[in-house]
Order: sequence, then structure tokens, then C-alpha cells
Amino acid sequence: MANGATGTGRAGYVEGSISLAQMRAGESGKIVKIDGGHGLLRKLDTLGIREGMKVTKVSGQWMRGPVLVQQSNTQAAMGFGMASKIFVELSKKENSK
Amino acid sequence: MKILLMGNPNVGKSVVFNRLTGANVIASNYAGTTVEFTKGKMRIGAERAELIDVPGTYTLQPTCKAEEIAVEMLKERTDGDVIINVVESTNLERSLNLTLQLLKCKVSVVVALNFWDETKHKGISIDDKKLEEILGVPCVPICAVTGEGVKRLVERVKDAKSSAYEYKDKERWHEVGNIVDKVQNVAHRHHTWLEKLADASVKPLTGIPIAVVVMFLAFKIIGFIGEGLIGYVGEPIFENLWAPLMLKLSSIMGSEGFVHDLVIGQLIDGEIDFGQSFGLLTTGLFVPLGAVLPYVFAFYLVLSFLEDLGYLPRLAVMVDTIMHRLGLHGFAIVPMMLGLGCNVPGALATRIFETRRERFISATILSIAVPCAALQAMIVGLIGEHGLRYLAVVYGTLFVVWILLGVIFNRFLKGESPEIFLEVPPYRIPYMRSLGKKLWIRIRWFLKEAIPFVLLGVLVVNLLYTFGVIQFVGKFTAPVVTRVLGLPQEAVGALIVGFLRKDVAVGMLIPLGLTIKQLVVASVVLAMYFPCVATFTTLVRELGFADMFKSAIVMIVSTLVVGGLLNLIL
Repeated sequence: MANGATGTGRAGYVEGSISLAQMRAGESGKIVKIDGGHGLLRKLDTLGIREGMKVTKVSGQWMRGPVLVQQSNTQAAMGFGMASKIFVELSKKENSK
Repeated sequence: MKILLMGNPNVGKSVVFNRLTGANVIASNYAGTTVEFTKGKMRIGAERAELIDVPGTYTLQPTCKAEEIAVEMLKERTDGDVIINVVESTNLERSLNLTLQLLKCKVSVVVALNFWDETKHKGISIDDKKLEEILGVPCVPICAVTGEGVKRLVERVKDAKSSAYEYKDKERWHEVGNIVDKVQNVAHRHHTWLEKLADASVKPLTGIPIAVVVMFLAFKIIGFIGEGLIGYVGEPIFENLWAPLMLKLSSIMGSEGFVHDLVIGQLIDGEIDFGQSFGLLTTGLFVPLGAVLPYVFAFYLVLSFLEDLGYLPRLAVMVDTIMHRLGLHGFAIVPMMLGLGCNVPGALATRIFETRRERFISATILSIAVPCAALQAMIVGLIGEHGLRYLAVVYGTLFVVWILLGVIFNRFLKGESPEIFLEVPPYRIPYMRSLGKKLWIRIRWFLKEAIPFVLLGVLVVNLLYTFGVIQFVGKFTAPVVTRVLGLPQEAVGALIVGFLRKDVAVGMLIPLGLTIKQLVVASVVLAMYFPCVATFTTLVRELGFADMFKSAIVMIVSTLVVGGLLNLIL
């Protein structure tokens, strides 16, 4: 399954993409869709996380802990829920887990 | 003229501020160190200007209280005011997002390209001339911690102007991208060992052991330095130099009488006992300088190092899952760590939270279950000699209370707590001079806050005893103090004085000759029952009266429950 964490009503799902939460540490890709409201978009935007940007997942934590992503020279830590709303097209040719 | 220092969080605004004004404000390596604005004076040529250090903000549409303050400051400006926009050269793209928003406000701007030295290590080259041409405002490369370029920055403040740069708001990131493409060149390079360590600190397999080791070492080092300073510096000075002097003064004053007891205190077997004499010049000086200062110094040395290195945001990531159970997120570890030094800066740091719920939870569990360094130093001194396991009971109890209160609040308070979202800065080797300066700021602040209140506390203790207030109140409060908590009636005196200074309050327990069980109960109760007056006023300001009132009820009820239980169990 390459869908969001909760799996219900994932309108933001884009074919061939997986969420940041599902990515493995070290993988990178391009953000194709952020499935969130205006507030979330604005918040993510402040650290340069928006559609079209290339991001690398630095680490995740156990028990649905926060996800650390790198965009250009900025590292941002975000909650698992937020990370599940950000869909990424992986750079390498391994689009499913 | 007014000059505002504005920029993203953690780009070094406070360091620039200290450089330009010669003032001393705390700067660290994480976003949200500055939650309040600070004003200072500086000279530009012949003109005097007011420089304002504004809390960092990523955008002009604020998302938390600290950012709101920043945007308010921008609105209050008048014509002729200048904004020094501090940007992180190693993060040009993100920084320029705010720069473009500032340019749109049609204010006079100078851009300071900070961390210029770091760009070289990171293989980044920026054409500052070209950037200046594009933006239409002066752009000056600087390195604030070493001071390089700061003089030129000041010279160019007079060239500040509002830019003619135009763009559509929706296209802002696109514009930023275009500008960065034109002025910046990034060469490929390998990870440095510092970056590898940084990554290891946030991966669960390596990050958890690192966190455990860091915390363990922190406690060990603080204990080692604190004890060492007390044993080899504090006590020798007081016992060998100060005590004989005080004894002479005592005999000059006739060894007794009201004034004598106020200044020197009671002689114990004809000698000065800095723990029990309770005179202004004996116990009043020994508590802040001899007993507490060594630990305060050791604590802030270690904390400042971790702050400047950039470890705290990483610790926040590692503890995020736990903090969510308390209705907070990982960054709540920052106010708690600051609170272990002094609850006042801890309470101020709760401003980084977005919601009132988080601020209430964090401020309440902070003031109940996070003992400040002064209180800890006294508790360690008093209980430590009976064995480590009793200290473990005190710390363990407070930790359990901290967790339980958070869990209960999270369960019963309406609303949800937002997820963590924060920038994790690169590790930076602390610059020793700024570390020393920060340590000095904090020590000076401690001395200024602590000494007057300790002296006042000692004075109040003497007055309370002289006029029999403690005996009087003791009778009234006996049902609670004696029956519930199992303490002698006189212990109520410590609770009264604890509102002024908790370290003095612990000192008041010494002459009572309590059993170790009573000492443990009293220490926990003193930590929990109510904040000292400095913390209390800060809390009222931060939470408002209504929430402070609720918080106070929680404090008193939980103290009675926990103190009562300890009395039954131990």
C-alpha cells in the first residue's frame, strides 16, 4: 500500500507517490502533493517545504514519532501526522515499499 | 532613529545585537531563544539610534506568540526607521522568503548575510554584489560571533532604503528561487564528521543511546563541578576566612541581642554555623554564594554548551513521543531544561507554544515538578549526606508527578495539542567567547535576582520568629502540616518563606532536626506547593489571572496528595 497512514479519504493521493512518513531514512524525492489545509501549508512553507521541492528524509522515530526532513540546507522536524500528509515521488526507481 | 533586527529564528540576531550595543542578551543555537524584544542604544556616525532585537519569524503572518510580537514591532515603526534583516547565508533560500516580504512593506532595509564563514565550509559561494543589485538594498556579509563585517554593516545602515523590487505574493517562492539561482553556487562535498554526528543524534538506534549518555554526562559534570567548587572554594572561603571575621564582629556586637541576631544570627556552641545561624551576613550570604552559586555555575555551563552546540532541538525530536502523552510536543523539553536552572526563563520559554492549552500544561507542570538549581543545590546538600537513595526518592517523586500531571491534563483539558514542527539547526562548535559571555549574563542575573531575595528571606525569618508569627500560624496549620504531611508545626515557617526564596526555605529545615523521612517529604512539598514570587509574577503575566488561579489550585491539591502519600508510604 502506498497510501496515507490512516487510509481514509486520501484525496491527496497521487499515483506512484508515498508519504514522507512511509519513506525510509536516506530516501529522497520530489514533493508532489500536500494534503492539508491552508494553515498546514503556510506552516510547512516557512521551512521551504512545498510542492515541487526536493526533500530527503533524514530520520523517523519509533512509535509514529516525528520525521526529520532535509530541504536544501534546512532540516525540519515534523509530527508523524504532518509527514503522512506530504506525498513524495521517490527519486530512485522504487516507487513502492 | 529606530533600528529593528529582524530575520528567521536562529540566524544570530541576538549575537548581532550584542555586538552593536555592547549589551548582553542570551543567544543560543536553536529557534526561539528570543521570545521578547530587547532594546539597546548604539551610535551610527554622530547619530544615536535605538536598536531592537526582535524575536525571529519565518513569515509576516505569525503562527505563535513570539512571532506575533515580531510582526507587531514591524507595524509600530515610523518613517526613518531602518530594518536590519539578518539572514543565514547557508540558508539563503529560506531567509530570502522573509526578506521579500519585508521589501514589500516598503521599509528601509539593510540585509546582513550572517554565517558568511560557514558558507565556505559548506561549499556555497554567494555573489553579494549581485544580490544587492537585484534586491536594491545594501547586502553586507558578516560573521557575527567573530565580529567580522559588523563595522561595515553599521556604515551601510545610512544606505538603507526601501526597494523598488516588485513581485506577486503567490509567486514569492518562485522569485526566491530565481534570485538564488542567480547569486548562489553550491559545490558538491562530503558530509563532515559534525554532520554525521548530527544525523546520528536523531536516528532512533543511535539517537536514544546518545541522549542517555548526554543526560548522564550532563548530570555527572554538573555534580562534579558543583561539589568541587563547594568543597574546594566555597566552604574554605566561608569557614576559614569569613567565619573568624564574623565571630569578631559578633563579639564586638556583644554576642546577643536583636540586632546581633539579625546580622550574625544565633551562635551554635559559640561558633558560626552557616546552615543554622540565620543572620544576614552569615546564612544570608552563604546560601546564595557558598551553597547555590557553584551549582548554578555548573548547570549553566553545561546547558549553555548544549544550547550553542545545537543539541536541544535534537533532544526535542527524541522525546517528542513521550511529550505527546503529556499534551505537549518535543520542544517542551526546552522550557523544562531552562526551568532546571530557574523557573522564570522556563516559564517565559513557554511562549514558543501555539496554543493556550500547551502553555497552561507546560507552565503548570514546570512550576510544580521542575525544581530550580537553587532549590536542588540545597536539597542535595541537605539530603545527599543521608544517602543517594533518599535523593532518588525526591527526584523520582517529582518526575512521576511531572508525568502524571501532564497525562491527567492531556486527558481532561479540552482541545488538542499540535504536532511538533521545528527547524533543526546544524551542530556548531560553541564559540568559547560567546559561551563565556552567556554564562556570565546568567550568573549575573542569578546574583541580581537571588541575593536581595535571600537577604529579604533571612530578614523575614528573623522577624517571623521574633514576633511569634510562625508559632501562631503553626497552630492553625497543624492539622495539615502535622497530620497530613507529618511535619512539625514549625515547618510552616519554611512554607511561608518559600514564597520568597525556596533555597532559604530549605535552609530553615536544618535547625528543626527532622528525620530523613520528614526531610524527603518537606523537600518534595517545598518544590511543589507554590512557585517563588519571581516565578509567580512571571506566570501571572504569561498565563493571565484565570489560568494562574487554576494552576495554583492544581499546585496546592497535588502537593497535599503527594505529600500525604509520601508520609504514609515512607
